[in-house]
Amino acid sequence: MDISRRKFLKVGGASILALGALPLRNVLAGTPGSYKPDSKAKKAKNWAMVIDVNKLEDDLEACIAACHKIHNVPDIGNPKEEIKWAWIDTYEHLFLDNKHDYLDEEMKNKKFLALCNHCENAACVRVCPTKATFKNAEGIVMMDFHRCIGCRYCIAACPYGARSFNFRDPRPYIEEINPEFPTRMKGVVEKCNFCAERLAVGLQPACVEASKNGGIIFGDLDDPNSEVRKALAAHHTIQRKTNLGTQPKVFYIV
Amino acid sequence: MLEKALIKERNNSFYGWLFFLLVLIGIGMGAYIYQLIEGLTVTGMSRDISWGLYIGQFTFFVGVAASAVMLVLPYYLHNVKEFGRITVVGEFLAIGSVIMCMLFILVDMGMPMRVLNMILHPTPTSPMFWDMVVLSGYLLLNLFIGWNVLEAESKGVHPPKWVKVLIYISIPWAVSIHTVTAFLYSGLPGRHYWLTALIAPKFLASAFATGPALLIIICFLLKKFAGFDAGKEAIRKLSLIVTYSMCITIFMVAVEFFTAFYSQVPGHMATLQYLFAGLHGHSGFVPFMWVFAILSVVALVLLIPKKTREKESTLLIGCISVFISMWIEKGLSFVIGGLVENPLGRITEYTPGLAEILIIVGIWAIGAFIVSVLYKIVVSVKRETDVYSANTIQISTRNEGL
Amino acid sequence: MKNRNVIIGLAIFVVLITIPFWYGAGKESKAPELSLDTPAIQALDEKKCIEDTEFMRSNHMELLNDWKVQVVREGNRIYVAEDGKEYLMSLQNTCLECHSNKEEFCDACHDYSGVEPNCWTCHVEPEEVK
Repeated sequence: MDISRRKFLKVGGASILALGALPLRNVLAGTPGSYKPDSKAKKAKNWAMVIDVNKLEDDLEACIAACHKIHNVPDIGNPKEEIKWAWIDTYEHLFLDNKHDYLDEEMKNKKFLALCNHCENAACVRVCPTKATFKNAEGIVMMDFHRCIGCRYCIAACPYGARSFNFRDPRPYIEEINPEFPTRMKGVVEKCNFCAERLAVGLQPACVEASKNGGIIFGDLDDPNSEVRKALAAHHTIQRKTNLGTQPKVFYIV
Repeated sequence: MLEKALIKERNNSFYGWLFFLLVLIGIGMGAYIYQLIEGLTVTGMSRDISWGLYIGQFTFFVGVAASAVMLVLPYYLHNVKEFGRITVVGEFLAIGSVIMCMLFILVDMGMPMRVLNMILHPTPTSPMFWDMVVLSGYLLLNLFIGWNVLEAESKGVHPPKWVKVLIYISIPWAVSIHTVTAFLYSGLPGRHYWLTALIAPKFLASAFATGPALLIIICFLLKKFAGFDAGKEAIRKLSLIVTYSMCITIFMVAVEFFTAFYSQVPGHMATLQYLFAGLHGHSGFVPFMWVFAILSVVALVLLIPKKTREKESTLLIGCISVFISMWIEKGLSFVIGGLVENPLGRITEYTPGLAEILIIVGIWAIGAFIVSVLYKIVVSVKRETDVYSANTIQISTRNEGL
Repeated sequence: MKNRNVIIGLAIFVVLITIPFWYGAGKESKAPELSLDTPAIQALDEKKCIEDTEFMRSNHMELLNDWKVQVVREGNRIYVAEDGKEYLMSLQNTCLECHSNKEEFCDACHDYSGVEPNCWTCHVEPEEVK
């Protein structure tokens, strides 16, 4: 019975670890079925959005309301903890590198739709330590709420202010819960997902549907014949902070 | 060693100190439970200032942890014998600091119960992943090294060979922890205050000023309350390290002003304007930055002249000034300053919440608790070996006399 | 003297660690009867879940775990079961369409076995929406 304290701790610790690993057996069992996308799904190699600022002006509020309602975005009522997937802002804040003192009144007061740019070269994807933020096969920068640890590194990395953090339980602040989409819980980050869940069942993004005058064009950036590519070829478009090399995929016709 | 230091050598004032720390830890834990229930809304953070004091404290203590290398490197690579007595003091300070760093990250997380996702889904593109790797590695290195060196000393033998290998590894590793921590910030597009290659060297320089300054303060306390004398020469060498590092740090802070204000690029000027003068009517940090500036000058004025640097009272004031000014620069203004102008060009102010402050105090208390217990062991081992070597000297002189 | 203290200490430890057993001793704790009585299930021709009952009982959590990865990360929305039938992968819209009695079905067993899945902090329970 000559066993030192150190040896006891060593053997004991190893045994506890081994016992703790037992449940892994079940996890590795696997599922009998298989998976496939919905046959109705809208497909693209690289989703992108062109916003015609003049055409969208009257539908702005409706677009944001549709988005926030469908995605159970809460109205916290405190700007410091505000959660927004899309919002309205002005030229001097969205395009601050291009603003100058003699901007015409019309442009100065014009309302723009702001949302996640789903950057080709997204900083938030790069910094996320768990791949909770990732880019899916169709070029959409997605959030996996199941995996997010709430470190908020992505918020620091995003140069567009497109990300929101749930500082508190959002449920009490959702006016009417949409049962088709989950809410979020306190402690995770969220943002626009280009309505990946709607594209997957063949629907247009909510904001595109709500822009009755055709103010938002949505399509495949890698397809030269897509609506977005035609719009980009026909109009002069601008983007937010192109100098950072993030290659945003939301374009504005002004 | 543990038993002897903690149980056999009874010391009521030491237990009183530990009890006081335990009370602070308890209050901090209570505040943390409150934060777990309510969410991070109990802090002063917001969607714009998305990192606050927690991450600031984390960054600051990575520096304190890394600074142990300022003892290890001279002692093991350049055979600076004077540091022999206190190298382990530096290593144990690193252990306490790294644990504090990990706790600061944990309390900052929105979903702390999912922290293992960082290991389940390792992401090498993320500096935060690498920070986890180097910090845990550094903790293990210092635990192994510190404990083995001390144990060998208490038994009067040389530490095993493999410890020496770990010690050599720990030197570049210490540099890596603060470099990777700097990379958390200095690679983000659109955060102009952070987007400079100077962050990593500035972090290291300020760490090598702050850590040794704290060590000098600790050595003074150990001498006063525990009868442990680090030795005049060790303190003198440490104070030189503090002085040079502080000069380099202040130089690096100052050159940022030139780049920002000579180039006149608005994004580069914004944070410095906000911090030191106020911007768009927001000036919450101006008083702190003035304290920083004044204390930095006080530190340099007291540390650079040999006379005041070698006098205990002025050296202590100098070291305390270094510690507080660097705490403001790195622990307070660096993180929040980088976020203060949001990506849309608007300014948001930050005031920490009460729970947030209590949690921070609790983590400081945990660090102090760990370091106090470790130092108690160091002091008891050193006292024993001191008695032993004093005896051998007596014997040898007696022999010479014969 | 020292040995006696060790034995007393061990005895206290053993008593403390077995408290759940003392506490539950003599009490009967019956396995819950899971209710399958919902309108959607009654309307089914063949009363079978998407996979074998045995598999579902022991592995539904792994199945759901795979589903969440497939839906969110892979863009697959359809589950093809072993028998070839297709289902939309959705906890709140597919599973709970049949098992609309969450309290008598999910919660009854989860409470019994002392697990607290956090699905419902985000996914919407049927009674929350009216």
